[in-house]
Amino acid sequence: MPDQVLEIAGLNGWYGESHVLHGIDLKVAPGEVVTLIGRNGVGKTTTLRAIMGILAKREGTVKVFGAETISLPPERVARLGVGYVPEERGIFASLTVTENLMLPPVLAPGGTTLDEIYRLFPNLKERARSQGSKLSGGEQQMLAIARILRTGARFLLLDEPTEGLAPVIVQQIGVVLETIKSKGLTVLLVEQNFRFAANVADRHYVMESGKIVDMITKSEIAGKMERLEEYLGV
Amino acid sequence: MSAMALFGQLLLGLINGSFYAMLSLGLAIVFGLLGIVNAAQGAFYMLGAFFAWMLGQYLGIGYWPSLLLAPIGVALFGMLLERTIIKRVYNLDHLYGLLLTLGLFQIIQGLFVYWYGTSGQPYDNPPGLTGGHNLGFMFMPNYRAWVVVASLILCFGTWFAIEKTRLGAYLRAATENPTLVRSFGINVPLLVTLAFGGGVALAGVAGVLAAPIYQVNPLMGGNILITVFAVVVIGGFGSILGSIVTGLVLGVLEGFSKVFYPEASNMVIFAIMIVVLMAKPQGLFGRER
Repeated sequence: MPDQVLEIAGLNGWYGESHVLHGIDLKVAPGEVVTLIGRNGVGKTTTLRAIMGILAKREGTVKVFGAETISLPPERVARLGVGYVPEERGIFASLTVTENLMLPPVLAPGGTTLDEIYRLFPNLKERARSQGSKLSGGEQQMLAIARILRTGARFLLLDEPTEGLAPVIVQQIGVVLETIKSKGLTVLLVEQNFRFAANVADRHYVMESGKIVDMITKSEIAGKMERLEEYLGV
Repeated sequence: MSAMALFGQLLLGLINGSFYAMLSLGLAIVFGLLGIVNAAQGAFYMLGAFFAWMLGQYLGIGYWPSLLLAPIGVALFGMLLERTIIKRVYNLDHLYGLLLTLGLFQIIQGLFVYWYGTSGQPYDNPPGLTGGHNLGFMFMPNYRAWVVVASLILCFGTWFAIEKTRLGAYLRAATENPTLVRSFGINVPLLVTLAFGGGVALAGVAGVLAAPIYQVNPLMGGNILITVFAVVVIGGFGSILGSIVTGLVLGVLEGFSKVFYPEASNMVIFAIMIVVLMAKPQGLFGRER
């Protein structure tokens, strides 16, 4: 395996004519949980979309497991072993919970089995036959994460997994992330809830105006709290 | 009125309904996945019939191989149009897709009128399906019975493939959120092209099936297209089951109207369409958008 799961250098991105990412540089090592933090609208979600190949106009270098992906479409990026959980969760309303779970093809061996998923998310087992549209926000988020775990993806891009969820559900998502980490998977997490992010992540990249402006490790958090609060507008 | 006449019209209605169902099913697949109101569907129906006729005329290939080869030819031609022309209007309003495919329809139909005229080319019933059976209450031509059975198998087979298989689940999911489905590692652009090919191949099969009944005529697609659009509107644009059921039922209703009030037979489907649009604009089987 290469030294880095993700290596981004000089990444620029545009929505139409609007230049939104201005030379992003970041690295994620195997087994790490790394967050992208920052205020609303600084380009965190756009960075994930650029990595995944969804942002149509992008330039720079994005290496995933050592392979250059800057010109690859999303399906080719996914087949490198990347799982993407979007902010809006992307649960298919016309499919049942089980159909949603089984929808993505298995990308690599070693994915979480259906039994393991149901042990990890008992709610999903109870709702197996429910339509996706009938699930609560928390259940949808669990389903979105579970769906990607089944594919055998080794690198997960999670966009705001705790957004709008009750504290008890956030706690559950935290447990799931710990489980993911213990399995040796690598995670790049976009998160507004810094308290949650601080507990689960090894390092934090801080974004402002489409740029990475700081990198803080878990051990440095206590000493840099004031600066962090300033970045996040707390 | 004799039972013979009534059942005769029922059969005629079922045959027309079979063609409505196959054509509108193809429209529903293409609209559901691509958001394109494919007005060229009538041209693909005509092409299916003409390809079968050409295979016989120029290469001596009979009905049964043509029933497979002609729709494949139609699908390949349709996929070429989708990749080169139709995909350019995916992100625009539905009206642009309708106008674009209407233009394609007119060009394809115009070319075949120029090449072959409008008098129609005869196409014989396939061997083994000539003649018919007297059922006592009606005379059942073998070929027409085959058309009804074949279209039912094809329509419900397509419904099963879309609603009950993994490939169908990909298609349905791609209809809702193509970007996310791509991020699962599924090649959605290829899936879209194949689905378009499948949708127009249905029209191609219908054309081959229709060839021995109606003759092969460049105007055959135009004649049926407006009615098929009405069927799709009544069933619900994009509804797979709606297209099949509505196509068959409206064909039968149209057939019966020819028995009870022939003057209304050309209008009955459009009258129903108007009522449905007023009462349930999304169609009988459609979801609200």
